[in-house]
Amino acid sequence: MTHLDTTTGLARRDFLKVSATTAAGMSLGFFWPTQGSAAETPKLNAWIEIQPDETVIIRYARAEMGQGSRTSAPMLVADELEADWKKVRIEYATAHENLRTKRAYGDMAAVGSRTIRNSQEYLRKAGATAREMLIAAAAAEWGVPASECTAALGKVHHAASKRSLSYGKLAAAAAKMEAPKEVKLKDPKDWKIIGKPLPRVDIPDIVTGKIRYGIDAQVPGMLYAAVAACPVFNGKVKTMDASKVENRRGIVKVLNLGEFVAVVANNWWRAKEALREVAIDWETGDNGQLSSAAIMNSFKAGMGQAELAVARDDGNTAQALGTAAKVVEAEYFTPYLAHATMEPMVCTAWLQGDKLDVWTSTQNPEATLAVSAATAGVAQDKVTVHPMQLGGGLGRKSPQDFTRQGVMIAKAMAGTPVKMVWSREEDIQHDLYRPASLVRFKGGMDNDGKVQALHIRVSAPSILATLLRLPLPKGVDGQAVASFNDHPYDIPNSLVDYAQRNTNVPVGFWRTVGHSQNPYMRECFIDEMALAAGKDPLAFRLANLGQKSPRDVAILQAVAKAADWGGPLPKGVFRGIAETEGYGSYTACVCEVSVSDKGEVKIHRVVIGIDPGYAVNPDNIDAQLQGSVVHGLSAIFWGEMTVKDGRIEQSNFHDYRLMRLNEMPVVKTVIAPTGGFWGGVGEPTQAPLAPALCNAIAAASGKRVRSLPLKNHGLSLKA
Amino acid sequence: MKLDVNRQVRELDVEPDMPLLWALRDELDVKGPKFGCGVAQCGACTVLLNGEPVRSCSYPVSAAQGQKVVTIEGLAQKDKLHPVQQAWIDHQVPQCGYCQGGQILVAVALLKKKPKPTDQDIDAAMGNICRCGTYARIRTAIHAVAKKGVRA
Repeated sequence: MTHLDTTTGLARRDFLKVSATTAAGMSLGFFWPTQGSAAETPKLNAWIEIQPDETVIIRYARAEMGQGSRTSAPMLVADELEADWKKVRIEYATAHENLRTKRAYGDMAAVGSRTIRNSQEYLRKAGATAREMLIAAAAAEWGVPASECTAALGKVHHAASKRSLSYGKLAAAAAKMEAPKEVKLKDPKDWKIIGKPLPRVDIPDIVTGKIRYGIDAQVPGMLYAAVAACPVFNGKVKTMDASKVENRRGIVKVLNLGEFVAVVANNWWRAKEALREVAIDWETGDNGQLSSAAIMNSFKAGMGQAELAVARDDGNTAQALGTAAKVVEAEYFTPYLAHATMEPMVCTAWLQGDKLDVWTSTQNPEATLAVSAATAGVAQDKVTVHPMQLGGGLGRKSPQDFTRQGVMIAKAMAGTPVKMVWSREEDIQHDLYRPASLVRFKGGMDNDGKVQALHIRVSAPSILATLLRLPLPKGVDGQAVASFNDHPYDIPNSLVDYAQRNTNVPVGFWRTVGHSQNPYMRECFIDEMALAAGKDPLAFRLANLGQKSPRDVAILQAVAKAADWGGPLPKGVFRGIAETEGYGSYTACVCEVSVSDKGEVKIHRVVIGIDPGYAVNPDNIDAQLQGSVVHGLSAIFWGEMTVKDGRIEQSNFHDYRLMRLNEMPVVKTVIAPTGGFWGGVGEPTQAPLAPALCNAIAAASGKRVRSLPLKNHGLSLKA
Repeated sequence: MKLDVNRQVRELDVEPDMPLLWALRDELDVKGPKFGCGVAQCGACTVLLNGEPVRSCSYPVSAAQGQKVVTIEGLAQKDKLHPVQQAWIDHQVPQCGYCQGGQILVAVALLKKKPKPTDQDIDAAMGNICRCGTYARIRTAIHAVAKKGVRA
């Protein structure tokens, strides 16, 4: 049977496919589902059931964490199905059902801004196939050719005889029809649901408090666990003394699980309070030596290391730099960052014999299933992962370290359901951090400001090698060099090389990942070259993009126009601009700022734009763009995890500051889909924000900021 | 001890210093108030006590006795949504939604005091963290309720 990998949640052969096509993203096989039987609700395929009362059930196979795909993905199905959206009810597909059906739902991970772009084809085909089956059933009923029938708003019509039948009445017969092998997908101009700003289906339950997040799992007889892992990375429990708390009210058990300690109680607060008084002696070895300064030294050493992985090598960069009329050099740094999803890591698990139930907030339910089974030592088909809303994901809830902990506790407490909840301190100190990165640029131009050569050297940890343990093609981590190795500029000589510098600080995918840092550095450096060439930053970009990257040019121009680039501004207000591709979409940003003598940065306006190819739910895209600005600004102004004595120094929101409402600038979003491709939406627009902002700050103050966060440069965000 | 939660008197037997949040969540199965930080920084745990927003993660349950506790579940009257809830739907405010129960309750308290809040009033009152970044829509929705002139 299908067996899922514990790291990725993918079936082995898909896993290999992913390894081979990490950059391009994978195209999933189109698994064709079992036919529905007459006894149950007519099931046209894995994605679609239609009930006699006309309710159309559309399955959604990924997580909802605020990105809105639980609405947008079914819109793709419903449009091709010609369903009446008012009759659509969306239900989760589950990981165990996916396992049982040999992955009829394909990849279930909500990561990499790929829910829409990677599933749009098979979702639209599922809708179109079901539509053709409903038409065939009506044609058979009427004894007319299917070609004379049309479908619209949940009904099949035969114009010639003025007859129509509803989907609810046709579904049982349609489910017995053979699914067509080939279906023609609609021309985008004929879409009726895709492209409409539809309300999200989960919002009514959010505003009434009815929606259930992973942390809200409620199982009869459930206990609660608070946990502490060694604050020093890679440390373990040496000894533990729980005698002080064992007889306390509500305390059921204190577990030494080797890698961490768990207090199990009948109320989470009791567990958490008791945990503070469990005396734990940690075995840290020499892991307690690590510091931010030591990490920086390692990155600097990477800059000079003999063997470097080459991510891009066009022309002869060294030679072209030697002969360039003007050479610009700069070194940039970006820090480690924590996700700090509002809902911390949680996992409720209940092991009953060889059967395991898991409730958690996961971006990858298949990986949750695989990790749960492996940890509990039960067969994968004995595990049920219950779908829950996520209180934010941001990439943190894709790796399953917390699921493993939750199931370890459940195994130790076999027979009793236990809900593990991390404290915020545990969350901040045991994250899988956005990697820090040191990058050196050297650019050579001719006398007209045309860039002839660009050398980018990256010294940074590898997420793919350390977290996913993937073999790196030619030693290059695609995340570490993203937007460098595929920079859009028409530069004849480009060299991008990479020193892999891993440390004890665990790294992972953080919303926008490599694109949250590399475009900042690249697009700031482009401005440094524009300044050296004496050119306007927009004109300099357009001249150097040339004809090579028309989509980059188009979004840059659209955003520049929306921001009135070059137009008059109030005294003291300056603009900055940046653009980049990311997650298959094209993005650009213009920031308007003023900077006071005291370093207060007032953001007067952010104009931020995206070309995602197709805009499935424009209102949701607007929300994602706004959100990317908030997420980005918190990181740009304050975000930094520092390391001392082998551990993270920050612990909660007082020292890992996040932006609040009074600091929110005016944001104008530009949604400019040009069609012909499918790009992501949740992550891409964070990419051009930091460089546009820092370029504006440089224009306003003359101060070029080559490392983040801005607080380290005496710059603050003025509310 | 007795607690008036969403217009129902509930009995519970807990330590007086247990935070109201954990009495609600783990003792009374009232899951609307969320755990975010445990130190009154983020506001995901916000409830109304006699109409005033309070961060329940840092408020002892014993101090809530004799007061009316309203959580996001208790805001709608039967099936009729509170105008702030309706505005949150109309303006599609939430993203992940985890903080939104708290945001809505703070907005309800603000509009009760100031039915026509200025941007400055909103800035001063709406101090809860939203990691998804729904701030612009929160502001719009509050103004929309005020403009309709519905008694919040």
